[in-house]
Amino acid sequence: MEDKVIKMEHGAGGELMQNLIKDLIIKNIEKKEAGGVGLDELDDGGSIPLNNFRGNVVLTTDSHIVKPLFFPGGDIGKLAVSGTVNDLSVMGAKPVALSSSIVVEEGFDMNKIEEIMKSINKTSKEADTPIITGDTKVMEKEEISDLIINTTGIGFCKNPVRDSGLNSGDKLIITGPIGRHGISLLSFREGFTFESDLESDVQPINSLIDSALKAGGVTAMKDPTRGGLATALNEMASKSNLGLLIKEDKIPLTDGVESASSILGIDPMNVANEGIAIIGVKKNKAEDVLSELKKQKKGKKAKIIGKAVKENKRKVVLETKVGGKRFLEAPDGDPVPRVC
Amino acid sequence: MDKKELAQRFSKKIKDLCPEREVRAIHVCGTHEQAITRYGLRSLLPDNFDLKMGPGCPVCVTPARVIDRAIKLARKGLTLATFGDMLNVPGSSSSLSDAKSDGADVKVVYSVNEAIKIAKKIDNDLVFLGVGFETTAPSNAAVLERGVPSNFSILTCHRLIPPAMELLVNLENVNFDGFIAPGHVSTIIGEDPYEKFVSEYDMSTVIAGFEPLDILFAVLKFVKQIDEEIIQLENAYERAVRPEGNIKAKEALNRVFKVVDAEWRGIGEIEDSGLRLKDEYSKFDARKKHDVTLEESRDVHPGCICHLVLTAQKTPKECNLFKEKCTPQNPYGPCMVSEEGECNIWYQYGERPSL
Repeated sequence: MEDKVIKMEHGAGGELMQNLIKDLIIKNIEKKEAGGVGLDELDDGGSIPLNNFRGNVVLTTDSHIVKPLFFPGGDIGKLAVSGTVNDLSVMGAKPVALSSSIVVEEGFDMNKIEEIMKSINKTSKEADTPIITGDTKVMEKEEISDLIINTTGIGFCKNPVRDSGLNSGDKLIITGPIGRHGISLLSFREGFTFESDLESDVQPINSLIDSALKAGGVTAMKDPTRGGLATALNEMASKSNLGLLIKEDKIPLTDGVESASSILGIDPMNVANEGIAIIGVKKNKAEDVLSELKKQKKGKKAKIIGKAVKENKRKVVLETKVGGKRFLEAPDGDPVPRVC
Repeated sequence: MDKKELAQRFSKKIKDLCPEREVRAIHVCGTHEQAITRYGLRSLLPDNFDLKMGPGCPVCVTPARVIDRAIKLARKGLTLATFGDMLNVPGSSSSLSDAKSDGADVKVVYSVNEAIKIAKKIDNDLVFLGVGFETTAPSNAAVLERGVPSNFSILTCHRLIPPAMELLVNLENVNFDGFIAPGHVSTIIGEDPYEKFVSEYDMSTVIAGFEPLDILFAVLKFVKQIDEEIIQLENAYERAVRPEGNIKAKEALNRVFKVVDAEWRGIGEIEDSGLRLKDEYSKFDARKKHDVTLEESRDVHPGCICHLVLTAQKTPKECNLFKEKCTPQNPYGPCMVSEEGECNIWYQYGERPSL
């Protein structure tokens, strides 16, 4: 490639832009169509043919602005695909296709774009979800910092699973250890290197969620991204008009997150996760769902962390490690900015 | 036995021993409040046992006048270094953070040593605003004895815990049975200063550590005293607190500081409750080195009940501003600013649920 950095002309719609799209974007993406018009066609959009479809089409979108672009355990590409795939999944939908729209700062290193595209490709393969359309824009230097990626996703389901769907008595399952994305990003930014297992959890979890849905009894789902587990649980409690009783010692934590968060003085309950979900399940199905989750690598550390109750409506009560009880409050904002 | 089981046993024992009347203990330490609230310890105590926090937050009790002085010094063009918590504490009408936004040179440091390092690198005069109880004063004494750069001076606001405890005892509308005494302060001052609470005021006093089990253990000793009607001073944190305290630290304090009557924010003047630099350290005393004129100060802003929270007369929940007009992002009173302030702690970790 002759040009090593992005120039304004790369976004101007001419030949330079066509070359950029072909050489950097299309070349690096392998899953490019969902049975209809795909990315290769460079048409005005992608298409998904439907035959006798009955049910719900779920649409979701997310703009990713993570800093730094490359971090332990992932990068903005992996995040952009996983974030949207996971949003579709916790709506109970099977992801069918994604769009990817990139806005990049003039002067940005092309090798880095290539690396990000390779990561998008790898994650789209892992999630078995094609990218069928996209867009690229360039902005003047310092008008934007580095690069942002918006992904929009479409998924199909019979009925969407809502975060308000809990009933009293339902068990709450978390599919993996909490706090890894936020704490690892913050540690990395601050220049701390604690333990080797301190990595972001960013990953697509559609197949994991699928196994939970197949086991049956799922009533509510949510992915605890910005604001962490504390925010997500409070939202589920208030939307379902129930209280949640959570046992702190059941919440899975890695050693790395536990030690780093105590040094940084940040509660891992309040920071973003990018590869786990909270699943509400009918009491008599909770063990079945848990054992299905545990069969998969991404769900090995899944745990039942609590239940929905009639008392303390719209609040989350945390039973602490010593058995004391207090309200688990949602933080005003995620203590770690620019994480997803 | 794991921690949870042990805590349950303590809890049961405390409930068994606690008399049926209202029993109230006051602790005077932000770190205790953090552990109590963070671990939900109040829910493990009997309903008629009230564990309250007193004036155990150094940032919260620093008078507005001291903050006003720091702001004036910074606006005058001096470099002002202090702990992060101090930046957002409202003075009479503004904060150090406001001064910083207006371009004053205000620096956040983690220790007095860091402030000295900065002073060595700059030509400007640097004032270190050093607040704290018996725990932080010794490090300030030590650096002054070791020698500091000539452009360095210190604006101290050190307060002593036992006189504040005595004030609580003498407050007419605060009735309680005794103290859970602060572990960190006790490592410096030892056991002696608490003796008077037992002998003169007939108050149970138990020194406690900071792990949740340390605190439950201390509360157990406390209710046991009441149950057996043997009021005494007990040390439930023997692994860190020696009866004589830290003699070297106490000697350093005596060489550098003198004990003076001192103002506590919103509470008023308490006899022999503060430390001021001795005359031989005048040239490092920011109050003497840098003259400023201060207007009349205002400790309590309208509607704020921090002073009542600090004297265990009210809880944050009883404040109309709590979580509404007053949040950690936008603090109205000092107790919402500091991580050792009761309002901040209750905001972060939530209250005791009714179960």
